[in-house]
Amino acid sequence: MKHLLSIADLSKDEAVTILDTAAELSKITEGPMKKLPTLRGRTVVNLFFEDSTRTRISFESAAKRLSADVINFNAKGSSVSKGESLKDTAQTLQAMGADAVIIRHGASGAAARLADSGWIAASVINAGDGTHEHPTQALLDAYTIRNHFAKSEKDLNGLQIAIVGDILHSRVARSNVLLLSKLGAKVTLIAPPTLIPVGAQTWGVNIDYDFNKSLNKFDVVMMLRIQSERMKDSYFPSEREYSRGYGLDQRRLQMLKPGAIVMHPGPMNRGLEISADSADSSQSVILEQVANGVLIRMSVLYTLLGGAI
Amino acid sequence: MSEGIIKSARLVDNSIVDIRVTNGKISELSNKISGEVLYDAQQNLILPGLVDLHTHLREPGREDSETVLTGSTAAVRGGYTAISPMANTLPVADTAGVVEQVFSLGIEAALCDVFPIGAVTQGLAGKQLSEIVAMNNSKANVKIFSDDGKCVSDPLLMRRALEYVKTFDGIIAQHAQDPRLTENAQMNEGVVSARLGLSGWPAVAEEAIIARDILLAEHVGSRLHICHLTTAGGVELVRFAKSRGVRVSAEVTPHHLLLTEDLIHGYDPIYKVNPPLRTEMDVLALRQGLADGTIDIVATDHAPHPAEDKDCEWQAAAFGMLGLETALSVVIKAMSDFNNFSWKEVSEVMSINPARIAGYTNHGQEIKPGSAANLAIIDTSNYWRVDRNRLASKSKNTPFDQMELPAVIKATIFNGTLVYGGAN
Repeated sequence: MKHLLSIADLSKDEAVTILDTAAELSKITEGPMKKLPTLRGRTVVNLFFEDSTRTRISFESAAKRLSADVINFNAKGSSVSKGESLKDTAQTLQAMGADAVIIRHGASGAAARLADSGWIAASVINAGDGTHEHPTQALLDAYTIRNHFAKSEKDLNGLQIAIVGDILHSRVARSNVLLLSKLGAKVTLIAPPTLIPVGAQTWGVNIDYDFNKSLNKFDVVMMLRIQSERMKDSYFPSEREYSRGYGLDQRRLQMLKPGAIVMHPGPMNRGLEISADSADSSQSVILEQVANGVLIRMSVLYTLLGGAI
Repeated sequence: MSEGIIKSARLVDNSIVDIRVTNGKISELSNKISGEVLYDAQQNLILPGLVDLHTHLREPGREDSETVLTGSTAAVRGGYTAISPMANTLPVADTAGVVEQVFSLGIEAALCDVFPIGAVTQGLAGKQLSEIVAMNNSKANVKIFSDDGKCVSDPLLMRRALEYVKTFDGIIAQHAQDPRLTENAQMNEGVVSARLGLSGWPAVAEEAIIARDILLAEHVGSRLHICHLTTAGGVELVRFAKSRGVRVSAEVTPHHLLLTEDLIHGYDPIYKVNPPLRTEMDVLALRQGLADGTIDIVATDHAPHPAEDKDCEWQAAAFGMLGLETALSVVIKAMSDFNNFSWKEVSEVMSINPARIAGYTNHGQEIKPGSAANLAIIDTSNYWRVDRNRLASKSKNTPFDQMELPAVIKATIFNGTLVYGGAN
């Protein structure tokens, strides 16, 4: 495996290996020596065309814990904003000797273009491309879910998982649908019809417009960030109407099945898609997701750069 | 007086003839004519020269991607003897001055007829009609008007345009795309766009405009031409309109007859085109529509772009594909399953019908004495491999690179002059 562009490119075994490697790394980093020498002398570039401090920091600490040299290339305010193309930026990084490029870009498919166009020889890791995919987010979500429900199992067989919110514009949802289904979970997408993509009927998931119905069947409820600008494009009439229909509030939190967990990829809009008491409840695993993000990204870097598994 | 003989040409009825060409016209057809040989066709097929009603030549304004000369060179290599550059140049072809400039550049190139299409609205802005009659009265004698690249989406403006061109029995060629339904659209909306996370260009955005314009054309009794039809529903609408006697014609591009949205999975912008590649079902409906006459013509929508506009991420890339040099071969390949679609039908949809619709009287004529000697000679039994680096076009954005295609253009004759085809 050279690149991580899409969950669709991973076999189930490869995905499980990444999760297992993260678990191994977790044991090691809990020990006295937090830092591993694995990627000493290797250069990892964070190439971020969109602001995302949390994802960048997560990748940065993952790379540093593996002893890689990290270059942060924030494309905003750089030559890129002066019209430099993705190709020229990529070739500049290549000339500087990047072994891996972690790319966050607003255009769907940008990571695939970087990997497949012959512009550079480095490994490419997709850290979110437009509304396409965010594979490391899905891997850390699966890892978090596995820790809660299936510690000894290889997969998420039979788990009922709801993904709620703006599916249409969500790269997190696309990656999670692919990965969680691959691992045996039963996924239900819950959103107003305007925020479900035409064509999602072929994804092999349930689609529901009603967030109250069968709330008590889910083991996992994953809330997605909703951008309030969406209402300008008539996806929904108002923030309040959205929140009433699809927000995880106190009432819905109490309808969840005992032991169910609440997830959110962050950053949250408290009071919109998730209420403060839901976000801070004992069922919330949102901070675990953040911690697991570093482990998963270490595992991905280790897998792509550190040799075969 | 200039005179020459085309030796041993095969007509669509498979008869082999010699053709005498005198002063740009066919003067004699016979089993054996002696005289100076203009071209020895060696029993290859001869058709009336092809006619394209939808070309982008980029001059004036973007001469880095194509000029009238390079585009004309590409045209004759594709067997075309008449092409119709669209108005979306810089400046826009919305005045008599610009259309006359393009027209005279075509005369200078002297490879094929270049008949410009004028803009419907000033600056393609969709606000105010261009000086349509002035363009019609100009030396370019424009009869077709289109805001191609953009849709005339305002229904009132579209109605007025349709009415206004009746003074000279002109045509409005509509790029059918509802702008609100296609904001930031990147590809066909459906299963593939859902997976790839690219904003959708739904079929309904094309069909809604076609339906509206058919009703408008019927209401005012005007001539409407639908550019680059891409959806099964669009074919149904045109079929319905024709059954009601509406004066509508429709075109399909070679790429929409052959390629589907499934090619987009790797995000290669070479497949980015507007209107977008659709589904297999749409492609089959387009082929059927072309075979049964619902779709009148094939038009290339030849859209050259410089390398940097395709060597980038999908969203940043330009829409458009080259077409002139591959059109005939792609049509033959796409229509190979239709037994009743033979070379006679090919000459109808690629030469006779477009010439008739546009009123290009010297083109698409029967091959007989008195007709203009605008002709294409085609080797129908061999294949050729497309090489993007060996095209005459100034740009390289063909989606057919390295594809093995049937039918080789051997020669093109324009007004009695051999404008393409080596000595043989």
